[in-house]
Amino acid sequence: MSNLPLLRGAKVTGEADRLRDQLDRLSAEATDEDIWRSVELARHDDRPYTLDYIGRILEDWVELHGDRGRADDGALVTGIGRLDGRTVAVIGHQKGRDLKERLDRQFGMAYPEGYGKAMRIMDLADRFAFPLVSLVDTPGAYPGVAAEQHGQGGAIARSQARMARLFVPTVACVIGEGGSGGAVAIALSDRVLMQENAIYSVITPEGCAAILWRDAGEAKKAAAAFKPDALHCLELGVIDAIVPEPKGGAQEDHDAAAELLKAALVESLEELDEIAPRELRRLRRAKFRGMGVFA
Amino acid sequence: MADTRIDVQVEHRHAPAPTEKKHPNTCPKCGSHYRDDELAAALYVCGHCGHHFPMPAHARIAWLADEGSFVEDATEVRSDDPLKFFDLRPYAERLAEAELNTGLGEAIVIGQASVDKHPVQLSVMDFSFMGGSMGGAVGEKFARACDAAAGRHVPLVSVTASGGARMQEGILSLMQLPKTVVAVEDLHDAGVPMITVMAHPTTAGVLASFASLGDVTIAEPGALIAFTGPRVVQQTTKEKLPDDFGLAEQNLRFGHLDAIVPRSEQRDYLSRLLRLFAR
Repeated sequence: MSNLPLLRGAKVTGEADRLRDQLDRLSAEATDEDIWRSVELARHDDRPYTLDYIGRILEDWVELHGDRGRADDGALVTGIGRLDGRTVAVIGHQKGRDLKERLDRQFGMAYPEGYGKAMRIMDLADRFAFPLVSLVDTPGAYPGVAAEQHGQGGAIARSQARMARLFVPTVACVIGEGGSGGAVAIALSDRVLMQENAIYSVITPEGCAAILWRDAGEAKKAAAAFKPDALHCLELGVIDAIVPEPKGGAQEDHDAAAELLKAALVESLEELDEIAPRELRRLRRAKFRGMGVFA
Repeated sequence: MADTRIDVQVEHRHAPAPTEKKHPNTCPKCGSHYRDDELAAALYVCGHCGHHFPMPAHARIAWLADEGSFVEDATEVRSDDPLKFFDLRPYAERLAEAELNTGLGEAIVIGQASVDKHPVQLSVMDFSFMGGSMGGAVGEKFARACDAAAGRHVPLVSVTASGGARMQEGILSLMQLPKTVVAVEDLHDAGVPMITVMAHPTTAGVLASFASLGDVTIAEPGALIAFTGPRVVQQTTKEKLPDDFGLAEQNLRFGHLDAIVPRSEQRDYLSRLLRLFAR
């Protein structure tokens, strides 16, 4: 595992080496504690959220609001801005910083209207050939009566379908919690990255524990069993690269974390620039067709 | 005596807790009980109240497809255990048990067939195999069904019945969402229609991927069709749930379905649609 592929963001000296060391250590003994530490850091109250990164990474950011049908879902922010000198479209989950904002944004759990807004921005990106950047940070899609009545499952399915049809380069990065369908809805991308301490999983550790162990308190055991940490996701071929974080985690230094993320996004987009639009889409579909194992 | 009535409820401290689990052949709606052969002969529908019981994949295929027309594909595809997953029991053991109990290799059966003489590709899920959950093998078989439909240029009829992604395969089971979505997109690019029949239950990961992408989507009466099921919604939000929360009837009212079609009428319904799509 020491010759792991594609550690992007390596332009920033020191961090990549440090990450490599850490990966070596993890591969030696990826203990349950290490995995649980990722879960805790991914959910850390001071971890930078989508808008924290946007403010540091993009110039001329213009947030675009509303799904043009019913609502403007605060759990998913969308807009356009300039990344390294070119216009990109951005979609990202947004948790709130204080309690009021958390409630307003449903803790980053989007309604179908949020995915409707995302699809609107995907179309816009496709129309004007803006690359699409997704920042994933959600415990999951919102589980509520209205969300179901407005078609949560269908919205997540159609959002993925829309991404499978795009002709523009797409990069997603899990910057905190990559929770289930609500996360993958905006992550059917040419390049999928994960920050060092992010998690990406089919269900929350608590949810998994409640179902399989019949006790939500066994979340640590569940996380250890389904391995949502970045290293395991890379090993399983679910993500293309790990984006390093500042020492101690992204919450320790938002500026440094943003610099590392920006470097990784720019580098990924530069690679994708060389691929023709039709080929890009074909490769994207082929990549997801190859996911999963069977005997 | 006058109209005084005294309700007496005696609680036995040591009485066994009432068992929630009913016999699988007992109708959960009206309590009618059936022998295996009675239920099979009635298409697994309660003759008394119309409740639709889960239907085994092969029984469903025998009902929908013309006699002798079904040729199964990808019978050899089985699940793998990429995480060596172990909760209260090893995943490998659960898989072996499911195969033994159901006689199926996985929670989905695919193959070619004809429905009222219209050639189709069939993909039928079976809830009895680990709750119809979708892991790598289910995703792969569904994707192959899309490929076969596109290759033969015949419509895909997809019957869904699933609790969602198979947690035991971790993040790789979540990746079956984009995988199957991409397969449907390729099918659509080939100009081939997909007709989805949602059976009880069609929830979570399967609803949030290929099940929702049918050109025409119908459901069986009373089927639960929800991304998050009623128990979890209730626990998380403490909201009071409407009586028909997540059921096919509510989904129809909110515009998520084209029709609710009872099992006995599905063959005719499909035949009419297939004729229309054939132009």
